[in-house]
Amino acid sequence: MSDLISEYEGKLPGIMLTEIRENLPKGASDSKIRKILESAYNEYKHARVSPGESVGLVSAESIGEPGTQMTLNTFHFAGVAEMNVTLGLPRIIEILDGRKELENPMMEIYLKKPYAAGKRVEELRQLALQIKETTLKDIAAEFVISIADFTIEVRLNKEKMKEIEVTSGKVVDAISKQLKGYNLRDNKDSIILKARGKEDSFNESYKTKEKIKGITIKGIKGIKQVLPVKREEEFVIITAGSNLSEVLQLEEVDSYRTTTNNIFEIEQVLGIEAARQSIVNEIFKVIESQGLNVDVRHIMLVADTMCVGGTVKGITRYGVVSEKSSVLARASFETPIKHIINAALVGEVDNLDSVVENVMINQPIPIGTGLPSLGVKPQKQAKEK
Amino acid sequence: MKKPKFKVDKHILTPKHAKLGEREKAQLLEKYHVSSKELPKIMKTDSAIKELGAAIGDVIKITRKSPTAGESVFYRVVTDV
Repeated sequence: MSDLISEYEGKLPGIMLTEIRENLPKGASDSKIRKILESAYNEYKHARVSPGESVGLVSAESIGEPGTQMTLNTFHFAGVAEMNVTLGLPRIIEILDGRKELENPMMEIYLKKPYAAGKRVEELRQLALQIKETTLKDIAAEFVISIADFTIEVRLNKEKMKEIEVTSGKVVDAISKQLKGYNLRDNKDSIILKARGKEDSFNESYKTKEKIKGITIKGIKGIKQVLPVKREEEFVIITAGSNLSEVLQLEEVDSYRTTTNNIFEIEQVLGIEAARQSIVNEIFKVIESQGLNVDVRHIMLVADTMCVGGTVKGITRYGVVSEKSSVLARASFETPIKHIINAALVGEVDNLDSVVENVMINQPIPIGTGLPSLGVKPQKQAKEK
Repeated sequence: MKKPKFKVDKHILTPKHAKLGEREKAQLLEKYHVSSKELPKIMKTDSAIKELGAAIGDVIKITRKSPTAGESVFYRVVTDV
């Protein structure tokens, strides 16, 4: 029986074969199984997209129509301040444009077994502290510039430091690593910075003061908020801000399930195929959360288009559209005059291979029945004469 | 900080990548009537193929998990631009 089914491997998709295998009645004869497989194969052949079908147009309509019903809001995470989620149309646009700077970057950090169970609350708290970024600004009570000798004094907030468990020594270490050319003196409840060698001017001191505010004392750069959440018997840390490559290095983190919503970071860390998968997931998540229903195949087509070139390209005039070979097609999207002038300058040729340019000049478009054309073999003709 | 070895291909988002041999590559191009330039591309520096040691012009076979077909196969050619 199983070899009969495996005969159809390659003809039918794997998911159909397993479904047939699971649902076959017990003791079905070989001829009956063959009949089932054959009729399934015929159905499948009919269901396939025929050559010349304008799949892109169908996808555009299928995603575009539900898009008109999506919300324009940014939602807040229940209970926590400063945790927003971009949803609805803004998020879809953000993904499709291939933006590098997201409005609300987020990570979902999965944990390894002993931590995920959530029994060791203290360890979970420790880990959250280790991930959340603390800058010097957060633990400083005051920044003072002395006008006499242009030193900067950072007065530390002892309570805050106790909360996140850092000592003044650690703070000095962190500053000296990230700031060059300054001598540091540790006074336990304040730190004094003095420029090495040359005398600072007031302007210089002021600039340095602003610069050191952003120095990371503890945690991972870019992670602004952490929020442990229980999800199906397991604790997951959700963060505002994202830094995939750093988080994956942490020992407690289950690095094979941890993800971010920043597609560019995924492309950098995990490769183009992971980025494609992530585009599909992210768009589908938005559409689903709005209670709409779009077939994944449309989304997969869009994601594939964005990723064919080996890097993620947005559907903008700088990304996917700029790759089109036809001048007229590019001009029909955005900034037409720029494209036409540039094409005229370099003497570009338009072969009218695609749809838009043929619509423009009122010719049949190469789609469906417009696709096949007659071919002539001139050599044979010459012989007969 | 201790750095555990992280394997990109084990991540849930990364599908299986494999390098095609010369003969398989020729068969593939023959089957679809394409030149290797017409295939979708993958960067030589892509982290998913770092351990395969692929050179420019090699074809990478990608076996994706697909919600509609169970498993689907995709091919990309290695480039550097």
